[in-house]
Amino acid sequence: MTSESGSVEIINIALEMPKGTSLWKDGWHRLRQNKLAIHGFSYLLLLILICLVTPWIAPYGYEEQNLRLGAVPPSAEHWLGTDTFGRDMLTRILYGGRISLAVGFIATAVALIIGVTYGAIAGYAGGKIDNAMMRLVDIFYALPYMIFIILLMVVFGRNLLLLFLAIGAVEWLVMARIVRGQIQSLRQQEYVEAAISLGLSPLAIIFKHLMPNAIGPVIVYTTLTIPNVMLLEAFLSFLGLGIQPPQSSWGVLIAYGVETMEEYPWLLIFPGLALSTTLFALNFLGDGLRDALDPKASRD
Amino acid sequence: MALLQVQDLTVHFHTRNGIVEAVNGISFDVEAGKTFAIIGESGSGKSVACYSMLGLVPMPPGRIESGKVLFQGQDLLGLSERALRKVRGKGISIIFQDPMTSLNPYLKIGDQLIESLRQHFGMNKNTAWQKGVEILEEVGIQNAAQRMNAWPFEFSGGMRQRVVIAMALVAEPEIIIADEPTTALDVTVQAQILRLLKELQERRNISVIFISHDLSVVSDIADEIAVMQNGKFVEQGDREAIFRNPQHDYTKKLLAAVPATQKKSETVDAVPQVSLSNLVVEFPGGKGQEKIRAVDNVTLEIKHREILGLVGESGSGKSTLGRSVLRLLAPTSGQVVFEEQDISKYSRSQMKPLRRRMQMIFQDPYSSLNPRMTVYDTLAEPLLLHQICNRKTLDAEIFALMDSVGLPRESVLRYPHEFSGGQRQRIAIGRAISTKPSFIVADEPVSALDVTIQSQILDLLLDLVKRFDLTMLFISHDLGVVRYLSDRIVVMKDGRLVESGSVEAVFENPSEDYTRALLDAIPGKRLFVGDSAESVGTETIP
Repeated sequence: MTSESGSVEIINIALEMPKGTSLWKDGWHRLRQNKLAIHGFSYLLLLILICLVTPWIAPYGYEEQNLRLGAVPPSAEHWLGTDTFGRDMLTRILYGGRISLAVGFIATAVALIIGVTYGAIAGYAGGKIDNAMMRLVDIFYALPYMIFIILLMVVFGRNLLLLFLAIGAVEWLVMARIVRGQIQSLRQQEYVEAAISLGLSPLAIIFKHLMPNAIGPVIVYTTLTIPNVMLLEAFLSFLGLGIQPPQSSWGVLIAYGVETMEEYPWLLIFPGLALSTTLFALNFLGDGLRDALDPKASRD
Repeated sequence: MALLQVQDLTVHFHTRNGIVEAVNGISFDVEAGKTFAIIGESGSGKSVACYSMLGLVPMPPGRIESGKVLFQGQDLLGLSERALRKVRGKGISIIFQDPMTSLNPYLKIGDQLIESLRQHFGMNKNTAWQKGVEILEEVGIQNAAQRMNAWPFEFSGGMRQRVVIAMALVAEPEIIIADEPTTALDVTVQAQILRLLKELQERRNISVIFISHDLSVVSDIADEIAVMQNGKFVEQGDREAIFRNPQHDYTKKLLAAVPATQKKSETVDAVPQVSLSNLVVEFPGGKGQEKIRAVDNVTLEIKHREILGLVGESGSGKSTLGRSVLRLLAPTSGQVVFEEQDISKYSRSQMKPLRRRMQMIFQDPYSSLNPRMTVYDTLAEPLLLHQICNRKTLDAEIFALMDSVGLPRESVLRYPHEFSGGQRQRIAIGRAISTKPSFIVADEPVSALDVTIQSQILDLLLDLVKRFDLTMLFISHDLGVVRYLSDRIVVMKDGRLVESGSVEAVFENPSEDYTRALLDAIPGKRLFVGDSAESVGTETIP
C-alpha cells in the first residue's frame, strides 16, 4: 500500500470515529433500528408531553362535578364518559397520568440510583463489607415497608415528593440484590483483572467495566418496577397515605373502576387502557434498550 | 465392509445472515477397531460433521442437505429421534472436550454412570451399579466402589475425563466419537488419557473417531487421518502418508505449526529487571482447614530483556506466581523487587505509577476483553489513563498499536465478539503493550488457541519483545511452546521451583524426574525421532 492511500484510509476511518462513550452512541444507533422500541419510546414521550400540558388542554377541571349528570357513557361532550360524580373521565385520566407517571419514573429512578450503587459497591468489595451491606438489606427487607412509609408520612407530613422517595426507598432493595449478584460474577472475568493491572481505580472499574455488562437484567427489572410502583401508589392512596380525592391517579381510577365495573364498565376500561398501553410501551423500550446495549445481539 | 460409512455428508446452517456451509460433501469409512482422526481448526466443521450423524445438531438452523451415514445396515440420517436414541450411547457414544462441564455437578458419579445402562438395557440399580464399578476400575480409577459415591467436583480434570470415558464406554458402543478429549488437560494428563484410550480400544476392539485441532496429538494413535478445512476434507490418508508426505498446503502448514526451536537472539543483559526472594503466597483454606500455600519460598531473578519460561501443571502455582509479581495478589511474605523497588508492600496508589511499566497478557481472550468495549475504547483506556497521549494524538497512537499487533485498522470500531480467538489475543496484546511497559507476564497466552494461530501469536510476541526491549515471564504448561521462545526455563511443582536452567540444559539433560515426565508427555515426539535436526521440534532425549 502506498503511503498516500494509507493516509486517506486513516482520515476516512477517523471521520467516522465516535469519541468517548461509544457503547451509548452505538446503542442509540441500534435502538433506532428497532421499530417496536422506537414506537414505545415515542408513545411514552407523547404521553409525558400531554401530561405536562394537561392543565391547559384538559376540557374540564379535574374536580368539576356534575351530580345531575351522574355516570354517563362516552359521548360527544365527554369522550370517555363521566364518573358517578359526573366528572369528565378524559380529564381525570390526564391528571391521573401526571401523578402515575411521576411516581413511576421518580420512584424508580430513586430505586435505580440507590440500588445500583449499593449493589455494585457490595458486589465489588466482596468479603466482610459485602456481608455487612447485604445483611442490612435483609433487615430492611424484613421490616414491613408500610410501617416505614407511615412513619415517614407522620414525621414529615403528607407530601407528594416524599411519597415518591419513600416508594423508591422500598424498591431499591431488590435492585441492590440483582446488581450485586451480577457484579459478583462479572468480577471473576479476566478483563477486570486486566483493568486492575492497567492501574484503574475501583470506581472506574465498577462504572466502566462492570456496570455496562450488568445492564441487561437492570433494564428488565426497571421496566418491571415502574408498573409496580404505580400500583403501590394506588394501594397507599387507598389507605389514605397517598394522594387524596379529588386528585387522582391511574391506580386510584382503576381501583374505583373495579368497584363499579358491572354498572359503568368505562370507568375501568379507559384508565386500564392508559396503564396497560404505557406498560406495553415501557416493555418494548426496555427490551429494545437491552438489545441495543448488547453488542452481541444481532447486528445488521 | 466398514463399520461406519459416511457418504457425501453435507450440513448447512440457514441463519439470518445467510447460509453457512459447515460441512460440504465429506465421505469416509471407519473400520472396526481402528482410529479415524479428523483434524482441523475451530470452525472447520469437524464437530458438526460428527454430531449431525447422531442428530445432535440443532435443526433448524442446521439442515442436512445430502449424504448417507450407514451404520449396522441403516442410514442414521433417516432415523426418527426415537430410533436415534437407541443408537446414541449404545451404538455410538461421545466423549466431550471439557470434563469440567460435561459432567452434571449435582449428580454423583455413579448415578451419571449407570444412567445409560438403565436406559438401554433396563438393568436394575444394583446390577448397573456393579457394572459401573467395573468400568471405573477399567479406566483406572482407584477405590472405584467408593468413588461411585463421589461428586464430580471431588475429581481432578484428568480423573473427570476418565469418568467421562467410562460413561461413553459403559453401554459397550461400537464407535466412540472423541471430540478434542484432551484439549482441556495438562500435557502429562493428556499423555495418560491418550494411552488409556489406546488400551481400551485394543482391549475392546472399538472404533474411535478422534476430533482434534492438533496433529501431534493424534500422531501416536490414529490409523487414518483426514484434514478438514472450511467444511471439506482437503487431505485424507493413513498416518504415515499424512505425516511423511503431506500433499495439501494446509496439511503442511499444520505440520509446520508444531513449534520448532526458535530462540531469540542473545540480547539478555545482566541487570535484573525483577527479582523475587523467598516469596510465599498463601490462600485461606475452607473453614477449619489449613491455609493453602500456592507459592512456596520462591527465589528467582528475571534479567532485563530476558524471556523466562515458567513451566508446570495446572495447580502448580505458576499463575499465582505471575500475578503476585505484578502485585495483582498480595504476597504473604518475601520480597518482590521490580526495577530496584521492593513493591511487595506497596498500596494501590503507590502501585499506580508502576502499573504502566508492567503488564499482563491473559490466557483466555474470550474473557480478558470487556465485551461492551470496542477495540478503540479498549486501547484508548490505558493510553488516556496513563497520559501516554492526548485526545488529539489518540487516534494515531491507536492505529500505530493496531499495526504493531497486526490488526486491520478498519476493525477499530468492532466489538471483541466479532473477532476470532487469535485476533482477540492480538487486541489483548495491543492493550498490554499500549503503556510501553518494560515487563510483561504472559499467562498461557496461546493455550486457548488453535495450533496454526499459536505460532503466529508466538512470533508476534517474539517480535514485540525485540522491538520494544521487553522482559517477559512466559507461563505455560506446554514445553514445546516454551522452548520456542524462552531464553531460560524454570519448572514449578507444588508451589516450589524444582529446576531451572537454559533451554538446552533443561531439554537435553533434565535433572529432575518431574521435568523428565513433563518432557515425555509432549505429544508427537515419537513422530519426529529420526527426522532431520531442524524439525526435531519436540524431541527430548538425545
